[in-house]
Amino acid sequence: MQLAKVIGDVVATRKDDNLTGIKLMILQPIAADGSNAGRTLIAVDAVGAGVGETVFFVRGKEASFPFFPTEVPADAGIVGIVDHWDVET
Amino acid sequence: MQIARVIGTVVSTQKHEKFEGAKLLLVQPVSVDDTPRGVPLLAVDSVGAGVHETVLIVIEGRAAGDALGRKLAPVDAAIVGIVDRVDVQE
Repeated sequence: MQLAKVIGDVVATRKDDNLTGIKLMILQPIAADGSNAGRTLIAVDAVGAGVGETVFFVRGKEASFPFFPTEVPADAGIVGIVDHWDVET
Repeated sequence: MQIARVIGTVVSTQKHEKFEGAKLLLVQPVSVDDTPRGVPLLAVDSVGAGVHETVLIVIEGRAAGDALGRKLAPVDAAIVGIVDRVDVQE
């Protein structure tokens, strides 16, 4: 999993049936110091995250597991909202 | 699998139910010579690792789910061992 900031959402009316009712959020992955790390991506939301929140997300087929048995065609999914994180150097 | 160093902890109240009770650690993958490699990841801990320890991680969904011991868990990285020593010949 990786830390990310939710920076927006995506609305798509015409889409795969198995994406119906699922929120699509735009994520900016972040490094441990909170700085941007890598390209933005779109993830399905399994926990009710909102724009501006820090979350962690999973990559790969596992992104669809929260919606089982629906076979959601997603390759990234938000699975937790971060309260805080600590880095010890 | 990869070698990584545990650099921190993450606290999350609102998360997917399969994460209930699981420990989430921030890990920095490292090369065999201990230099950081890539961006830090969040991994579930199934072996009781702590901050500053060098660990063995899997970065793949099925393996991570097996390590956590929960079916259909939406995870893609897990700590599966604590490294005592790494020996590199040549």
